[in-house]
Amino acid sequence: MPPKTKLSCRNVWKLYGPNAERLLKTTPNPTADDIRKAGVIGAVRNANIEIAEGEIFVIMGLSGSGKSTLVRCLSRLIEPTTGEVLFDDTDLLTASDKELIEIRRHKMGMVFQHFALLPHLTVLQNVMFPLTIQATPQAEANAKAHEVVELVGLKGREDYYPRELSGGQQQRVGIARSLVTEPDLWFLDEPFSALDPLIRREMQDEFLRLQERLHKTIVFITHDFEEAVRLADRIAIMKDGVVIQIATPEELVMHPATDYVAEFTKHIPRSKVLTVGGVMTAGAVGEEDPIAQSTRVSDVAERIIAADAPIPVSDSSGQIVGSIDRKAVAQVLFGDGDVA
Amino acid sequence: MTRLNRSQIIILVLVLITIVLGYYGRDLSKALDARWLTKFPSAWVIPFKAYISSAMAWLIEDAAVGPVSFTDITRAIAWLIEQPYNLVLALLAHGFVSGQGNDAQVIVPAVSWIVVITAVIALGQYCRDWGLAALVGACFIYLAVFGQWDSAMVTLASVLIAVPIGAGGGLLLGILAYRYPLFENIISPVLDLMQTIPIFAYLVPILFMFGFGPISALVATIIYATPPMVRITTLALKGVDPEILDFGRMAGTTQRQLMWRVLVPSASHSLMVGVNQVIMLTLNMVIIASMIGAGGLGFDVLAALRRLDIGAGFEAGIAIVVLAIAVDRLSQAFAERMGQVYHEASGSWVSRNRRTVLVLILLVLTWVLGQFSPLLLEYPDSQTITTGAFWDDTVEYLNVNYFDTFEAIKVFFLTWFMIPIKTVLLGIPWPWAIAMLTLLGWQAGGWRLALLCGGMASLILVSGLWSKAMVTVYLCGASVILATVIGVPLGVLAALNKRAGTAINLLIDTLQTLPSFVYLIPVVMLFRVGDFTALIAIVLYALAPAVRYAAHGIRSVSEELIEAGLVSGCTRRQLLRHIRLPMALPEILLGINQTIMLALSMLVITALVGTRDLGQEVYIALTKADTGRGLVAGLSIAFIAIIADRLINAGARQARIRFGLES
Repeated sequence: MPPKTKLSCRNVWKLYGPNAERLLKTTPNPTADDIRKAGVIGAVRNANIEIAEGEIFVIMGLSGSGKSTLVRCLSRLIEPTTGEVLFDDTDLLTASDKELIEIRRHKMGMVFQHFALLPHLTVLQNVMFPLTIQATPQAEANAKAHEVVELVGLKGREDYYPRELSGGQQQRVGIARSLVTEPDLWFLDEPFSALDPLIRREMQDEFLRLQERLHKTIVFITHDFEEAVRLADRIAIMKDGVVIQIATPEELVMHPATDYVAEFTKHIPRSKVLTVGGVMTAGAVGEEDPIAQSTRVSDVAERIIAADAPIPVSDSSGQIVGSIDRKAVAQVLFGDGDVA
Repeated sequence: MTRLNRSQIIILVLVLITIVLGYYGRDLSKALDARWLTKFPSAWVIPFKAYISSAMAWLIEDAAVGPVSFTDITRAIAWLIEQPYNLVLALLAHGFVSGQGNDAQVIVPAVSWIVVITAVIALGQYCRDWGLAALVGACFIYLAVFGQWDSAMVTLASVLIAVPIGAGGGLLLGILAYRYPLFENIISPVLDLMQTIPIFAYLVPILFMFGFGPISALVATIIYATPPMVRITTLALKGVDPEILDFGRMAGTTQRQLMWRVLVPSASHSLMVGVNQVIMLTLNMVIIASMIGAGGLGFDVLAALRRLDIGAGFEAGIAIVVLAIAVDRLSQAFAERMGQVYHEASGSWVSRNRRTVLVLILLVLTWVLGQFSPLLLEYPDSQTITTGAFWDDTVEYLNVNYFDTFEAIKVFFLTWFMIPIKTVLLGIPWPWAIAMLTLLGWQAGGWRLALLCGGMASLILVSGLWSKAMVTVYLCGASVILATVIGVPLGVLAALNKRAGTAINLLIDTLQTLPSFVYLIPVVMLFRVGDFTALIAIVLYALAPAVRYAAHGIRSVSEELIEAGLVSGCTRRQLLRHIRLPMALPEILLGINQTIMLALSMLVITALVGTRDLGQEVYIALTKADTGRGLVAGLSIAFIAIIADRLINAGARQARIRFGLES
């Protein structure tokens, strides 16, 4: 059974400018030229996305590509000009203010690029804030807040103020705060972009560890293609407000839809994207310990090259489904693209 | 020398024609037998004054909505302000009394000077450290020792009432303006006008509505001190990181929760800047408010000024400054503390609030023991010091020995600087002047600005105040020229030389904390009444922004540009002339703009020393309680301010666009 769709948007447009609505009424599907002629700015153009439950969905684009606008349309922080945003089969765009507040209080969490911590509250008070405003009983709120603070590894710093923490720690507070209401849907808007590279790496690992435990449905925004590849189940690439391609990291590397996408994938070491399953030879061979087919080639390249015989590959249930040998790995590492 | 392009030549020629026309304007109009060219015929004047006065009379006497008349509303407002004011006044100054007049019995005396001083010291220590505690303690001890205590407490009481109302009201209005753009569009020009109309102009209507007395003074003070708070609130809320706003909404806050639990606390640091502004403006108003019935230090200064008693005036003036410094530093430290991290101490209420406990114990002690020793309640008069005689002697000495020097300086400035400007301005035929202003507006900011300049100038003309307006422009213009000539080089020096910078900053800080009236006293004593005295007072008052903005402009020239200049082999002088000054020009222009605004607001005050401009008109209106006359003259000053402000801002904007600092 395919996983259920948690969040989807259909034909979402966000145009800025005085004539935005009229333009979409007269021409429901304007081209870039139409938009320019009408004197409006197309921040998001005809976005169609389906995000499955439990999936890490990354929206990748450079600055100005409309990715932040799109995620704000998905959470209705920005009112899309036209379109439909379905969350668990409710249309967010027709929800009343009251319904929207309820949904946000219980079902959504969001992490921000610059943390967005309230400067006048301590770590614990910040984390508790979403519970405080929905008048959760003090004791319960306290317990929950302590729990998530511990989850993100900030135990012992509950009474610090945000400015007393490092960037990485502040973002941990942001993460804890967004999780305290136990939301189903988790938005992360460039959560690690403001951190320096070493901390970023550490936080990415932390994030994957958290997701392993929590299984949220995640919409993750980034401008860093490497980060996208590392974290994503699927990636949507945006340029000039248009979603150019939605695919798994592997598909993106193997079959970029446009030259623009290829431009990104070119510089990514393919061994870090391709999985063993993608380059194995089908059919069971070999007797050594099997490698899981979802493993990235780079993680096991050394072992395969050192081995004399092909190594078996197993699927998620442990069944051997194929094998991989030196030659396949060498081709991934040194070849020029035409694998598989 | 760069060659002038065509439009520059045209401008230069027009300016020259204007000056020549002005200089020979009177003779010309006589020769042409067209006196109306320089003197607007009184038959053409539209009597705005009379309209406003009768509207005001109608408002006070007849206006009513159903059974509630307008006077009922003003009385209700007055009552609301009066209650807390009387409480604080009794607490600080008069004590709680029963009975009236001579039968009055003091039930509980006012808080003892010892308690007040201890309280401010404790507050200083709480807000920052012992250094601040010592400073504010010294300020209040000064007030006691120099015999200013009673007046100072009356003033402090009005500050304690005006500041919360001004700051709270400003906050609410600012929030409304933030929430509803329509409201902002309405209130923004009103605030503009309120800040440019000299305060004197609306003292008259307030006097009508609330009568002579401390309540009127408080209302005037609140009206004067609130506008910046409204603006700062709106700006501070708009300045909150958009991510914080997004977070608040994503957390599912209601509108009210978003405002009071997310936005306002996040903006609290900037909001405290607004509160500080309210405090400073309230103290600025102390003297002016005493013209419509506020007692305290302001009244002392005003009375001394009327008697030309320099010593007494100076002492009371300094007392205002001392009080202002104490309150200002305390409020700034408090704001800083709010922005800082501090961890709540644990323990019982008493151990957490040691300072409060100490002050309360002292309060009770002085009240009880005060029955036996009045020394504990009131600072003994016999122990006060006065320096009045010293100041009187100093001025007398200077006058006796250097009279000729002062006179020579005065005559020199009058003959070679002030009178020529005055002649030219008064001589320019008004049709030409309005045409030129319109043209200037069009050149600087398109037809809207042209319409504004032409329209406002015409309004001044038809209200019959043209020549008074020209005297205003002359006094203001001469002062601004002088302030710029002195201030900009000082600012440049302050920016380039660290040691000079410290000294200049100190000077400017001192000048700015002195209430505007205080400048007048010594200048009047040395140069007697007249335009030159007004000029000096205005220059002193309006110098600060010219210096500040110039220094800031020079300092904020990008480091890279300086390095580029150095690498190209610029000498220090070339660096200044070709890089620093041109890049700082927009800032310098803004500084001059502020200087003009301050000069115009000082004009009304200098009316006290006998100028013949719009300020005098406003002042006379106040003494005669003539609403229409005061408002029309006040609005005329506001129009001049608005024209100057818009023209200069447009100019600064053009300069910034040329440098690519703004698009």
